[in-house]
Amino acid sequence: MIAEIGLAALWLAAALAVLQMVSGAASLRAAPGEANALAIYARPAAVVQAFLAVLAFLLLLRAFAVTDLSIKLVATNSHSMKPFIYKLTGTWGNHEGSMLLWVGVLAASGGLLAAFEKRLPERTMGATLAVQGFVALGFYAFLLLSSNPFERLPVPAVEGNGLNPLLQDIGLAIHPPTLYAGYVGLSVAFSLAMGALMTREVNPAFARVMRPWVLGAWVLLTLGITAGSYWAYYELGWGGWWFWDPVENASLMPWLAATALMHSVSVLAARDALRTWTIMLGVLAFSMSMLGTFLVRSGVLTSVHAFAVDPERGAFILALLGLYIGGAFTIFALRAGAVAEGKRFAAASREGALVFNNVMLSAILAIVLLGTLYPLLTEAFNVRVSVGPPYFNPAGAIFAIPMLLVMAVGPLLRWKSDKPARIQFELMLIAALVIGVIALVSFFGQFPLLPLLGLGLAAALAVAAVLPLRGRKLVRVPLSTWGMVVAHFGIAVSLFGMACEGAFSEERLAAVAPGGTEQIGDFAVTLEAVTPIAGPNWTAMEARLAVRQDGGEPVFLTPQARSFWSPPQSTSESALLTKWNGQLYAVIGNQAEDGRWQIRIWWKPFVTFIWYGGLLIGLGGILAIAGRLGVDLKRRSATAKGAQRRADVEALGGSGGVPAPQPAE
Amino acid sequence: MRKLSLWIPLALFAFFAGLAAYMLTQEKDQFVESTMIGQPLPAFALDPAVDGLPGASKADFTGRPKLLNIWASWCTPCIAEAPQLEALKRQGVEIIGIAIRDKPADAANFLNRYGNPYTRIGSDRISEVQLAIGSSGVPETFVIDAKGVIRYQKIGDIRPEDVPVLLAELEKAQ
Repeated sequence: MIAEIGLAALWLAAALAVLQMVSGAASLRAAPGEANALAIYARPAAVVQAFLAVLAFLLLLRAFAVTDLSIKLVATNSHSMKPFIYKLTGTWGNHEGSMLLWVGVLAASGGLLAAFEKRLPERTMGATLAVQGFVALGFYAFLLLSSNPFERLPVPAVEGNGLNPLLQDIGLAIHPPTLYAGYVGLSVAFSLAMGALMTREVNPAFARVMRPWVLGAWVLLTLGITAGSYWAYYELGWGGWWFWDPVENASLMPWLAATALMHSVSVLAARDALRTWTIMLGVLAFSMSMLGTFLVRSGVLTSVHAFAVDPERGAFILALLGLYIGGAFTIFALRAGAVAEGKRFAAASREGALVFNNVMLSAILAIVLLGTLYPLLTEAFNVRVSVGPPYFNPAGAIFAIPMLLVMAVGPLLRWKSDKPARIQFELMLIAALVIGVIALVSFFGQFPLLPLLGLGLAAALAVAAVLPLRGRKLVRVPLSTWGMVVAHFGIAVSLFGMACEGAFSEERLAAVAPGGTEQIGDFAVTLEAVTPIAGPNWTAMEARLAVRQDGGEPVFLTPQARSFWSPPQSTSESALLTKWNGQLYAVIGNQAEDGRWQIRIWWKPFVTFIWYGGLLIGLGGILAIAGRLGVDLKRRSATAKGAQRRADVEALGGSGGVPAPQPAE
Repeated sequence: MRKLSLWIPLALFAFFAGLAAYMLTQEKDQFVESTMIGQPLPAFALDPAVDGLPGASKADFTGRPKLLNIWASWCTPCIAEAPQLEALKRQGVEIIGIAIRDKPADAANFLNRYGNPYTRIGSDRISEVQLAIGSSGVPETFVIDAKGVIRYQKIGDIRPEDVPVLLAELEKAQ
């Protein structure tokens, strides 16, 4: 029964999406000042639809929790012997379940928007909800027609097939839901952009409505990517933290677009400039999310992330892509020319710096997009290529380096127009730090160019990030400014981690007999024993490594080579020793014929800073949201008080009286 | 000029969509083909997987071409291919099974439930033979000729349309 209720909830939600679309569109036909009779249904439809879609997801979650083997999806992806937490996370460790999660988040964000956003003109809101309903409808159709998660087996299976062992990890509990919420949160920005474009309401008020959604989605994307990177780092056992894999790129591209959008929407909110550009980025960010979904699910590209791949489903998503991205770009081309140009500004100004970095971010996005799609292009001519770090790193750096420099300076500039001479001291300081650090590090040895530049930039950026606080009373600094400072500082921290990892990592690959010792960095690693052990659904060979730093007390590391039996697959469980200044990373390989074991050890100085930085960036975003929402709430209560006072004055028959407070810029 | 530039995103997207649509219609090998095709079977001798049927060894692949089917009782696609294996058996094909990481009781249960197309089943508890013949998943089916040489590999479950293909491959291996 449960599965049937879930399916029914999905169909109902799809029907409500139609209602939301029609009703939202009807509000566009209403004459100004009048309400269309149909238009009142859009908001409730969105809210109820959100409830139904989330319900469907919860029901699937339950089916996985109790391992209901009469449901095909559970039988093919779960197993009764699996630890409970992985039964739950297994709900989205497969195509259908993760698409249901995607749709659930899509509907939930639409519902939240409909329930709580009252500042937009009704026509714009109607158009926005219509677009949101239209997008949701396509994905409901996709779920119901080609990826039904609730499909029953004619005969219940005796036992499930199990979950891919790589996914049997706590990382699966965090990384996909966060990332999905971020991807799909961008759908609201997309819908708002389309709504504003159709009703020609591209103005600061609209930007203020859009901003928290962009910030929220961006924070989730940041945290999701950070978690995913760390997960890949310790779970794959390859010792790397970013592989430029198509699926990683699929998450990076929306993040780049969202980062650009977040900055441009702030300019629009504060200065009423960059109108068309903001709309373009709003469309682009969610388009990148959908494009990522397509690349991942259709199997047109080969990736380490083996999703269930199906060309038929790929064709379906491609059709949706054509409809949404193609449609949005068409409306953009037709309408954007009619959007009045925003306020002008000088090149040397806060806006100027933001525009420059927006262009740089877009260029990096283009680089990543090109690199990701290039194999697709060459395969059309029957040439198989793999585009990797040798392309992405230098090509991305060409734009990332100027971007980071401008990012250091930008927040110090004034809005509208400024003289660089005013911030002479700061400019000199930044330049001195970049050059000084590079010179200092080069003095100690030969290091690759990019990590070297990274170290210099990280130092300069870390100092520059806190410069906007100089000479201000720290308690009076608005939360959103703190957000910017923390996020920019986080970039510096992350960059420092990446550069250190790139410049100073040490690696040992050795065949070691039990009792043998290998030296790496300050660490002496002794292989004490290799023993077989058994887990709930796997067996493993576990190495016991005694790690002594500078001859001190040993710490034990236990990397494993695990064999799962359902599905039969082996994974390499790395073992990590985390110090404040880096991580020791150990993996056990095969046994050689002479009885020695292959052991692979890395010493990665400050590698953890990559993810600490990611967390800081996310924290900065959260502070910014808190600051903005705080201001919005204050403004709302101030407007309400003003209206109250006006009503009182009118009731008293007075004229003039106290002027209502105008919302501050 | 500005008007024209507004169409650029759409043009770029149209190019991508066209390319992707073309690529989707192209066949693509999703599977790792065994490099063992054309090679003789490696030597192996496996214990019986269930009571009442003999185990399997390299020496069993003599006399005429036979099918080697890699399966397991915990494998759902194996349930799906059971009727096709039955059909092949009725056509007079001899099928030797290798049960991967299975327990005798589970394997016997499976055969009771979905039929037994096998003349012999070896038990490969650690996927040793499976890996040695270049199989990366369950189920997989190999055509082995009378000299014990691997002639053809079918990855995944045998669908009804695969039955004539396998019969033809067996014929070719004569």
